[in-house]
Amino acid sequence: MKSGVRLGGPALAWLCFFILAPLGLVLLISFAQRGIYGGIQWDFGAGNYSRLFSPETLLIVWDSLRLAFFTAVVCVFLGLLSAWAMATASERRRPWLLGLIALPFLTNLIIRVYAVKSVVAANGPLPFLLTLLGIEFDPFALTANSWLVAYGMVSSYLPFAVLPLYGAFEKFDFTLVEAAQDLGAGPWKIFGQVIVPALRGPILGAFLLVFIPCLGEYVIPDLLGGAKSMLLGNLITDQFLKARDWPFGAAVSVGMMGLLVLTGLLLRVLRRTK
Amino acid sequence: MNERRRVKAPWFARAVLILVLLALYGPLLVLVAGSFLESTATGLVVTGRWFIEVFADTVLGGALLNSLIVAFCSAVCATVLGTGAAIALHRGPFPGRQVLRGLSFVSLALPEIVFALALLSWFFLLHWHLSLVTVIAAHITFSLSYVILTVSARLSTMDQSLEDAARDLGAGEWHLLRRVILPLLKPSLIAAFLLSFLLSFDDFLITFFVNGVGRDTLPIKLYTSMKMGLTPKLNALATLMWLGSALLIILAFRSPGFRDVLKAGEDKPGENE
Repeated sequence: MKSGVRLGGPALAWLCFFILAPLGLVLLISFAQRGIYGGIQWDFGAGNYSRLFSPETLLIVWDSLRLAFFTAVVCVFLGLLSAWAMATASERRRPWLLGLIALPFLTNLIIRVYAVKSVVAANGPLPFLLTLLGIEFDPFALTANSWLVAYGMVSSYLPFAVLPLYGAFEKFDFTLVEAAQDLGAGPWKIFGQVIVPALRGPILGAFLLVFIPCLGEYVIPDLLGGAKSMLLGNLITDQFLKARDWPFGAAVSVGMMGLLVLTGLLLRVLRRTK
Repeated sequence: MNERRRVKAPWFARAVLILVLLALYGPLLVLVAGSFLESTATGLVVTGRWFIEVFADTVLGGALLNSLIVAFCSAVCATVLGTGAAIALHRGPFPGRQVLRGLSFVSLALPEIVFALALLSWFFLLHWHLSLVTVIAAHITFSLSYVILTVSARLSTMDQSLEDAARDLGAGEWHLLRRVILPLLKPSLIAAFLLSFLLSFDDFLITFFVNGVGRDTLPIKLYTSMKMGLTPKLNALATLMWLGSALLIILAFRSPGFRDVLKAGEDKPGENE
């Protein structure tokens, strides 16, 4: 017991100091007021939270939820099919495929976004191809738009879905597929009526794994969406680094955490029923 | 587990996998290609001059140095703290055990941006001047849970009788740790160190919030320069960074300590068995 304290104590103290205390502080700040010069004035009230329900903020929340939901659904769908193909590939190929999926996942996000940008940049291959095909386009709209954001989000978060789903397929009983085949089910029917129900738990888990980081994503919409798309991540970052309205930024992030907890609970209920 | 036979996935699943790999690697290939090409009056020519320009740039050299300092210091500290925590958690109850477990889980599940702004506010309240030190502290914090995870995986497969034997032979606490436990843990310590190094070297958002003025790391430099526009030189920089971290990833994956983590994941009783 004494050795436990001696070995684990430092890490415990570290996490209390750099996670617990800062999170508590954010909660506290979210009830404070913005000072005249951008500092924090410690007069407590719920004013910041009522600002969350203003039409502008609600629109941002709605847009962020939509993007996170879209990304998570697409990632889980594509991830499920890819994981299925990976798990049934020959045993020699499996580790290679796993490595190929994991490598971009561990690659710096900025590099990946830069790579996407270099495809659509003025001297990149896409504008070149479009010109070659005689398709007219607006070069400025091409380098920053919501399609690009969607592509960036899905390709960045896809491994979050593929890797756990692959793990689930490793434990999946493939004789079920065989049985369904023998009974005359086509491949789509097997997918929809055998695989999806059997992997219900991991599917919901993968959805949450993508949804959580997506809701607060800052870099991808910022670099690929241009100034047009305002999302929760940009809103929070702006309050802290530009507008210097920390209390409101803190309230937005507490609200965001609330939304995430709510989503988690909702999925848990979905998992239990039937 | 059911290695006997697996029915091949239908064509559309395999097609999706190929498309996914293309979508992941296509842009990266364009990025790499762009760093070797120069457009001249006669067309595109292959060149190495962008790489030479990157190496000649002292500002980038400074950013690389900052990145390496931060990654090394935070990986060392996180490995030491996390290993202690993993051994303590493995040994059984002590006051604060549940809190330690809970906090290491929270730090894994917390959205990056919330963690970043929480630390920024905390440093502000403490009147800590933002510098590489604050960046290192932040990186230690997010690496810690990954270290605990990696080392715990190894501990759970370790033979308890070795520890008992050493104790019976009269080994003291410190002796036991240095001569028995740590040598046995060595592969996972290396894996944990590499993982922390990588996480720190790649981090953007948290560093963006808590770094001091003028002490940019490489990802921050790439982000700010990219806002001004893409240049072949930046392509070359991004290519080098990608190759560097890819090398590190392969190293980490090939280390035996990492295999324990994967195995620990597989051995867990499945939900669909």
